[in-house]
Amino acid sequence: MSVSINVTVNGRGYQEEVEPRLLLADFLRDVLGLTGTHVGCDTSGCGACTIIVDGKAVKSCTLLAVQADGADLTTIEGLASNGALHPLQEGFHEEHGLQCGFCTPGMIMAAWQLLERNPNPSDAEIRHALEGNFCRCTGYENIVKSVRAAAGSAA
Amino acid sequence: MSSAFNYHRAASVDDALAVLGQHEDAALLAGGHSLIPSLKLRLAAPGTLVDIGHLDELNYIRQQGGGVAIGAATTHHDVATSTVVAGQAPLLAQAAAVIGDPQVRNMGTIGGSLAHADPAADYPAAVLASGAHIVARGPGGERVIEAGDFFVDLFLTGLQPGEIITEVRVPAQPPGSGACYAKFPHPASRFAVVGCAAVVAANAGVCTDVRVAFTGVANAAFRDAGVEGALGGQPLTGAGIDAASAVAAQGVEVLSDAFAGADYRRHLATVFAGRALRSAARL
Repeated sequence: MSVSINVTVNGRGYQEEVEPRLLLADFLRDVLGLTGTHVGCDTSGCGACTIIVDGKAVKSCTLLAVQADGADLTTIEGLASNGALHPLQEGFHEEHGLQCGFCTPGMIMAAWQLLERNPNPSDAEIRHALEGNFCRCTGYENIVKSVRAAAGSAA
Repeated sequence: MSSAFNYHRAASVDDALAVLGQHEDAALLAGGHSLIPSLKLRLAAPGTLVDIGHLDELNYIRQQGGGVAIGAATTHHDVATSTVVAGQAPLLAQAAAVIGDPQVRNMGTIGGSLAHADPAADYPAAVLASGAHIVARGPGGERVIEAGDFFVDLFLTGLQPGEIITEVRVPAQPPGSGACYAKFPHPASRFAVVGCAAVVAANAGVCTDVRVAFTGVANAAFRDAGVEGALGGQPLTGAGIDAASAVAAQGVEVLSDAFAGADYRRHLATVFAGRALRSAARL
């Protein structure tokens, strides 16, 4: 039995009919075509699918699309404004915060939550805040530098 | 993908109770961070999900009586960062702050975690050591369950079919006492391989009150009467804590898995009892 949901994603409203078992990550990717949100582990471990729902970073593989009915969502596609990269995107670019890039959207959305709650975090706080996000390429040094750079530029 | 189910967004707790009463195979959905993984693995296949995660009447933290009342749908993040909880029941805040990761804490709820009763969940140890009460509403009305009667067995609680946890009542930590939740997290899942919650108080250097509870060690979280008995009434010293911690989890059937065998887990219980007690005693 399909359910009708209304969501706002990156400022645009959508009304869609979805099966209750459809995951929010799959809704974004397969129904709305917003493939910037990645599905890594599909078990709420890796954080690649992190998006912002009503101001909170969540793992969209562990929410049902129906739970987001009425919510305001931001995905990686919604961070840049008028062609200008968000400071976090700029930071990851400048500090080589990515190699393959698979984890990057989730890293950036999790870091967005950190900076929203703590605009000037220490390196230890950055690492702690990214505990739910895995990078399997290289390590986390440049990711931490990227978030630090974004915090500095936004300050 | 999970098996198909119907979805009902409850308008109120009463509405959720009514739907639970009509559908024997209905399950409650709050934050979903235990249920949705179970659905994906088809460990659970409810016919109807009743969503109570968004209900304002279940989402609050307030000072009440001599303690704090926490609505069942309050997220771990909100408990971890609440000044009321930090002031009245810091042990709960400590446990909430180390559940999963920030994204999990943004969704997971205290009522959901307690109802799920994962043997490695963090909250049960803190709830037991705090002497908290769990308030549930069902077809027969409301009842208050002592934490000590709540965690029955593996994923099994004192809840009856058709009941919903509505509130967790945590008494204020006694003045002059200290508390600590110490945890050895699984390196991947962040669940507690062993977690120990301790509350201690002393008068003139003698331990006058001690409560020690474990999660991760056995099928269900439990108060460790052996450790408590070994420390209560004794000098509250490092040596006394070490001696009491050494008997942790004795007489308990200890969990064993590929990551931590029973002997190793029992050893971790002694180590983390010592850490939690020393920190709580400020030693």
